[in-house]
Amino acid sequence: MSQPASLTWLAGHEFRLGWRDWTSLMTAGGRTRARTATIALIAFAAFMHVFGFWTVASYANADLESETSALVGITGSLLLSWSLLLSQAMESVTRAFYSRSDLDLILTSPASARKVFAVRMGRIAGAAVAIAVLLAAPFINVLAFLGGARWLAAYGVVAAMGAVATAAALALTIALFRVIGAKRTRLVAQIVAAVIGAAFVIGLQMAAIFSAGSLSRFAALQSDWMLSHAPDTHSAFWWPARAVLGDYGALAGVMMFAVVVLAASIALFSRRFGEHAVAAAGVSSAIVRHRRWSLRFRRRSPARVLRHKEWTLLLRDPWLISQTLMQILYLLPPAMLLWVTFHDHNDSFVLLIPVVVMAAGQLAGGLAWLSISGEDAPDLVATAPIGSRRILWAKIEAVIGMIAFVFAPIVAVLTLDSVFAGVVCALGILSAAAAATAIQLCFRVQARRSQFRRRQTSSRLATFAEAFSSIAWAATTALAASASWAALGTALVAFGVLGAVWLISPSRA
Amino acid sequence: MKQNPPIALALRGVSKRFDRPAVDALDLTVYGGEFYVLVGPNGAGKTTTLRMVVGLLRPDAGSICIEGVDALADPVAAKQVTAWLSDEPMIYDKLTPYEYLEFVAGLWRIEPATAEARARDLIGWLGLEPHAHERCEGFSKGMRQKVALAGALVHDPKLIILDEPLTGLDAGTARQVKNVLRERVRAGGTVIMTTHILEVAERMADRIGVIAGGRLIAEGTLEDLRRQTGKGATSLEDTFLALVAEEVVAA
Repeated sequence: MSQPASLTWLAGHEFRLGWRDWTSLMTAGGRTRARTATIALIAFAAFMHVFGFWTVASYANADLESETSALVGITGSLLLSWSLLLSQAMESVTRAFYSRSDLDLILTSPASARKVFAVRMGRIAGAAVAIAVLLAAPFINVLAFLGGARWLAAYGVVAAMGAVATAAALALTIALFRVIGAKRTRLVAQIVAAVIGAAFVIGLQMAAIFSAGSLSRFAALQSDWMLSHAPDTHSAFWWPARAVLGDYGALAGVMMFAVVVLAASIALFSRRFGEHAVAAAGVSSAIVRHRRWSLRFRRRSPARVLRHKEWTLLLRDPWLISQTLMQILYLLPPAMLLWVTFHDHNDSFVLLIPVVVMAAGQLAGGLAWLSISGEDAPDLVATAPIGSRRILWAKIEAVIGMIAFVFAPIVAVLTLDSVFAGVVCALGILSAAAAATAIQLCFRVQARRSQFRRRQTSSRLATFAEAFSSIAWAATTALAASASWAALGTALVAFGVLGAVWLISPSRA
Repeated sequence: MKQNPPIALALRGVSKRFDRPAVDALDLTVYGGEFYVLVGPNGAGKTTTLRMVVGLLRPDAGSICIEGVDALADPVAAKQVTAWLSDEPMIYDKLTPYEYLEFVAGLWRIEPATAEARARDLIGWLGLEPHAHERCEGFSKGMRQKVALAGALVHDPKLIILDEPLTGLDAGTARQVKNVLRERVRAGGTVIMTTHILEVAERMADRIGVIAGGRLIAEGTLEDLRRQTGKGATSLEDTFLALVAEEVVAA
């Protein structure tokens, strides 16, 4: 048994906290849900292995080591995954800074705060590595099963990527603290995380659009320009790619680099972590915003007051802003495709519309949860002299209004080129948003807005239904845009999803 | 002949059951301009009773009449004259107190000029002036409770219902809240409050209701309650414990 307050004891404590956090995220504390979550995870893992087989099976026995195009492709994919890991790690580091939780206990205990924070950083790195490994596992397993054990080296590369992403996230977040201070870091770090997460994907898609006129991110990686400017195949730049292909020397180098970088960043930043966490904890009491929504009280109907409140809260929510920004960033490539399409005058908007509709459905789902379930003063609203139906309508109007505000410019540009495409897109956006809102209505719970991150926990059925509904509406609009009668079939599926949701919804019980 | 003041709240045979009866055929009358305090042990049914009165729970049986309005038949009209404040202040972190009050006034359809004047007065009385245009996210529990109380009063309700409003407040804030409530009663409003702080009930209440097992087991002024126990109890604490002990024995 380890000594109290020793590194291993603290690591054990952090591991226990992390494990419980994860299990509660998956099961929301329910025993039945634990069983359901386990079955869902097994089903998901099986599905991912099938998907992995479909996507990477053909590479399992290929001799790729000497091909520059293969090295470029693998390195690009690794960079793409790393940017997403970095984004996730930045969010974790920012959350660790701003969640006060046991900060007072740590800082007032005789244990070394530096040691505690070092372990906490280790936990963040551990979580990043675990996520990376779990997501990569189906692909690696398929490759190893079909192509031999050499592919298992990829696990080491993925783990190293998680460690380096955490080190970079620590450095970036602490740099933000030092440059712009604790007050602004939370919002900026969330936005930076969202941008980093999206930037590489978007960059590649943009390059693909301009070079090949398609949304495929691999088109850019395999372009002549990229291949001619790639370093020599013997360069250390390719070590991660070579390690993935089973070069154990390269694997050792990559892993050693990751361990050194992570250890150095933990050693360097663990002292600062406490200072910044204290500064972050003090932000909430020091924050002063003198912005007002009006200088004087204004005459408004209760419904308008409710809508205005919802919009104000949505606009003042940094986390939501970063999420919305990410959604909008992901819309940039389709927007660029739109531009290229208009330039060429062909009908590629059939590709664009489903992307926009899908994004609208997903965004509406999040907004609807915040507006309908994430009510911070439910008693106040419920005891106000307004009918409960009017309250719900006002909240729905707030969600649809916000979606209209975000997507109107895209619809407007599209309409300029083709009125038919614009109308179809607008109807698709409206349908997807209305369906997502209806699903949230069926599965509404009473929660605080701060629980938004865990909204999927309250109902996985709602999450899946929302995704299926958005996909169905995206397919419907794509087919409608190409004037296909098959659109009626997918529309029926979309209504079927809604009907099924209504039948199983707890609000009907 | 002395006339009874108008009835502000009348509960008749109100019952509510969860896994066991929480409120059991409760009859309760509170008069206009009265400061009425409900006391009782944990789980006695105080909060459930009040949540039914303000429309947050629907009773299984019985009737609720607020200022002459049948609250079950016409909840919107009943809510128009009622305010509710719970022990956990529910406000919006991202709004300022000023914005919060404007929001509440809008929900109750109060004339903007009237609401604004009231909001300024309340912000002044509750000492919120320096923070009137700061977002509530960094406020202490006491500050949040003051904002919530201002919200409850900004629409000038005839009946104010408070569930443990003094829990967790420091002495200064608690006094400010008590002063504001006293002022409301002096101005003709009716206040119904639950509390575990018996000194507060003793000092502030015109009448005290003791609730246990979902039933009203005693009611009246402190003197009435003392007489009811008949055991020479001097403080409300002694009286309360004696009444609850009798109820436990009777059960």
